[in-house]
Amino acid sequence: MTEGTTTYREAMREAIREAMRRDERVFLMGEDVGAYGGCFAVSLGLLEEFGPERVRDTPLSEAAFVGAGIGAALGGMRPIVEVMTVNFSLLALDQILNNAATLLHMSGGQLNVPLVIRMTTGAGRQLAAQHSHSLEGWYAHIPGLKILAPATLEDARGMLWPALEDPDPVLIFEHGSLYNLSGVPRPGPVDISHAALRRSGKHVTLIGYGGTAGKTLSAADALAAEGIEADVIDLRILRPLDDATVMESVSRTHHVVIVDEGWRSGGLSAEISARIAEQAFYQLDAPIARVCTTEIPIPYARHLEEAAIPQVPAIVTAAREAVAS
Amino acid sequence: MVSKGRPRASQHSELLRQMLRIRRFEERCVELYSSEKIRGFMHLYIGEEAVAAGVCQALTPDDAVVSTYREHGHALARGVPATAIMAEMYGKAAGCSRGRGGSMHLYDAARGFYGGSAIVGGGLPLAVGLALADRFQGRNRVTTCFFGDGAMAEGAFHECLNLAALWGLPVLFACENNLYAMGTALAKTHAQTDLALRAAGYGIAAWPVDGMDAPAVAQAAARATESIRAGAGPHFLELRTYRFRAHSMYDPERYRDKAEVERWKKRDPIDTLIARMTAAQELTGDDLAMLEKEIVEEIDRAVAFAEQAPIEPVEDLTRFVYSEIPPSGGTMPARRAEAAS
Repeated sequence: MTEGTTTYREAMREAIREAMRRDERVFLMGEDVGAYGGCFAVSLGLLEEFGPERVRDTPLSEAAFVGAGIGAALGGMRPIVEVMTVNFSLLALDQILNNAATLLHMSGGQLNVPLVIRMTTGAGRQLAAQHSHSLEGWYAHIPGLKILAPATLEDARGMLWPALEDPDPVLIFEHGSLYNLSGVPRPGPVDISHAALRRSGKHVTLIGYGGTAGKTLSAADALAAEGIEADVIDLRILRPLDDATVMESVSRTHHVVIVDEGWRSGGLSAEISARIAEQAFYQLDAPIARVCTTEIPIPYARHLEEAAIPQVPAIVTAAREAVAS
Repeated sequence: MVSKGRPRASQHSELLRQMLRIRRFEERCVELYSSEKIRGFMHLYIGEEAVAAGVCQALTPDDAVVSTYREHGHALARGVPATAIMAEMYGKAAGCSRGRGGSMHLYDAARGFYGGSAIVGGGLPLAVGLALADRFQGRNRVTTCFFGDGAMAEGAFHECLNLAALWGLPVLFACENNLYAMGTALAKTHAQTDLALRAAGYGIAAWPVDGMDAPAVAQAAARATESIRAGAGPHFLELRTYRFRAHSMYDPERYRDKAEVERWKKRDPIDTLIARMTAAQELTGDDLAMLEKEIVEEIDRAVAFAEQAPIEPVEDLTRFVYSEIPPSGGTMPARRAEAAS
């Protein structure tokens, strides 16, 4: 193994560990974060280092412990609340929308909520329809929230601290397929305000995030072999969207494919499409293309699940057609 | 706070003063609603005044309060200025939520008033979290969470009682049982209507209190908060009360008969306390007239303040969605709530 090699899971754990060492107001709370080590083993070993007060196992009470995170943030703490999966977060959606996202405005600026909520999202692990959805686009609909989707080791390691520094609620969506991603991350801080151009090309813009960021890069490799050079944008921040980076790229490539593991109807890909149509319509040489999850609850069987979610060949095909039209 | 050395007469007169403030404030709100100065949903506290007055008498200025959409009484008893509350209901910039909240969402961070949730049961997790933050930071503070009998049918209630009891958090759960969840009677929505018994099922010290008897409420709240401050964990009070008026401003009251309302009005908490104080020679007719006069003047001032207060400029429509203090490099930002007053 190369010196400095780490996984996405370990990078996230290191980010939590560093934050807890750096600021005593930071604590981690959620189901099985302590003795179990986190349902995806992100917090393994943190209980031993920080103790049960700061690595706090909770009952299966999403509304209560997410809401308690909001209250603790109001009381001067900097909680990191872990929710096992985005599907489970719906049990706390009332607290996230009606309190976390709303209190600052409803109180006329008095009550900000410096809370970080982390959760797993996405399909690809044969966990079927109650553990596999990509609902981050729903959360990105809500004013008052910031939505992050770390897709790289650097972002897994670096996004948490600026999220904790943020005076308002930040949701971090960790795609379940990424935890075993490994490599040597580049050191240094990352921002939580900009999309990243992961690859440069002049023919087509591929836009992905989270679990689809890597797939868009793989598609770009395949396209390059055909002589199609792709710009690859990793959105990183789903709210507020970095329009400038997207429009700059589209105005150079004039073709765009949006890749989103969320459903197409009313989703994040629709929002990005609309913004491109609003802001860069005359830069387009072809209709905007989208590769999204088939509009079904995610099925269990491997071949069905693979067919349901965006895959590299579909991205390649969409890009090829966009460029050819 | 009820201090052991404080004469009973003085405690009683403070309870009376707070209840009368709330009653007269609410009566003025009705007039202002009728003249369309106040709009939106408005839920009056008339009949339930003993609960806010009694519970808040047991609290110190450092304590936190989480409230509901029927919160004018809690806010007034907690010391949120009547001017700021009234201006809020007028939708003015000088309102305690800068016109963003209205009657259901009054906030005053400087006074530890964490406002009204209009999602039934929605404030309970906040109270648990505020108490958890106190635990972490070594503050000996009580967080009081007001909620109604209706909230006890919500999942959040059960999750939060379990969590507060499990972690031994300093929360006073103040259940205002006014017998109706909007228009549906308690017995039609709860299989077990002994609410204190249900709270006790979570291992929480819980007992029912006559919520029409302000001194009884104050005494129970003092006992509960002293116990919480001593480290005994959360307590639950079922405050048996009754609202004399409609659920909100539009309510034909088909769900309860007038005779029931009249029976409860005979137990008016203000009349009851006046009678008791008068009998004990703690209050004269002149005292009462003086008190009424002071209160009318306070409310007149609040209305005049709200009338003349400027509105929030529309240019500021999008403020307070995100904090205006940008994240700093390397250090945590100051609490905005602490900067606000």
